[in-house]
Amino acid sequence: MAPVKVFGPAMSTNVARVLVCLEEVGAEYEVVNIDFQAMEHKSPEHLARNPFGQIPAFQDGDIVLFESRAIAKYVLRKYSKSAGVDLLREGDLKEAAMVDVWTEVEAHTYNPALSPVVYECLIYPAMRGVPTNQKVVEESLEKLKKVLDVYEARLSKHDYLAGDFLSFADLNHFPYTHYFMGTPHASLFDAYPHVKAWWERLAARPSVKKISANMPLKF
Amino acid sequence: MAPRKLYGMPLSPNVVRVAAALNEKGLDFEIVPVDLRTGAHKQPEFLALNPFGQIPALQDGDEVLYESRAINRYIATKYTEGPELLPTPSAKLEVWLEVESHHFYPHVSPLVFQLLIKPMLGGAADPVVVDKHAHELARVLDVYETHLAQNKYLAGDAFTLADLNHMSYLFCLSKTPKADLVASRPHVKAWWDDISARPAFQKTVAAIPFPPSA
Repeated sequence: MAPVKVFGPAMSTNVARVLVCLEEVGAEYEVVNIDFQAMEHKSPEHLARNPFGQIPAFQDGDIVLFESRAIAKYVLRKYSKSAGVDLLREGDLKEAAMVDVWTEVEAHTYNPALSPVVYECLIYPAMRGVPTNQKVVEESLEKLKKVLDVYEARLSKHDYLAGDFLSFADLNHFPYTHYFMGTPHASLFDAYPHVKAWWERLAARPSVKKISANMPLKF
Repeated sequence: MAPRKLYGMPLSPNVVRVAAALNEKGLDFEIVPVDLRTGAHKQPEFLALNPFGQIPALQDGDEVLYESRAINRYIATKYTEGPELLPTPSAKLEVWLEVESHHFYPHVSPLVFQLLIKPMLGGAADPVVVDKHAHELARVLDVYETHLAQNKYLAGDAFTLADLNHMSYLFCLSKTPKADLVASRPHVKAWWDDISARPAFQKTVAAIPFPPSA
């Protein structure tokens, strides 16, 4: 069986989202870089994989997919049984619902509060040579604190977000949080002991350590 | 069993997203008003349902859920009557569920807020915000146009949750001066004409308390 292909730079957050799931299920895969400097993401070849010209894209034989969360779910559904892993909990309606709720929370509440700090402090200065917009950072940190208040309450009751089991919902938080820890604001998490402990549990996972190795905090 | 309760404002497109799914499945429910204008969504009573203080929340028996897209997945999975909203194989369906969430929604939501909701609250649309999101939504809908030229519905031959999750915002967009974003794209228009004619959706919109001028 040919390894599946993930298209995009390994250091990209949304590529990492897919890669960490591939690692969790022990699937064989190949990362095919897409050269943004050369506008490869807007080439006809890549647009045929992802009509929005973004990364990641994914190929498994005839199946070509885009949208990192959709790709990750495909990977988990395909390999979980043989890998003895259950990150979606689709056999239990209530557990699956909690995984879905916290996956949506990551996408629509956590990430919009946290990612601007990553973009302003790390990505824009490095890739566009623009200085950090402190106002955006400060507004985002205020939003993030309110979000982390809720996470702290949740993680005081359960080891993981969907319950007392690691799930897709937790893993979805890894890529952007990894980069957040490379910004000057990483210590924000110190004020949220259960959140910090949860993050450290995630960061200690072999899958997360392996993918993090390709995500340098200085670039 | 306790009736299903959908908490939120009957006009809110994220609430209507869930109402549309409940109606497709032929499920009885009541809308329990949570008036954002009075800050009801930040009161302890509602925070006990959704700690992030947003609408909708759904109470189904002793299950309480929030995040409209998660609620809709739950409805589609739990209830087997009516159309199969999450059929397998699901790879393409999952892609288009995410496209709604990350490409369509980020632009249609501010447009609907500026052009429909803000005026209802006594405010005026911000033309800079409107132009920016209309421009971006146009580019997104160009991708939909190409896709729907090859596919009757987003996931292929059949209506699924991927189509349904778009409907509340498509309906609101159709009530604004930017309705032409859909009307000017033949395949997107044909898709919208088809899905909005579904009886369950007709029932859903009949319950939306639009003011007479809209």
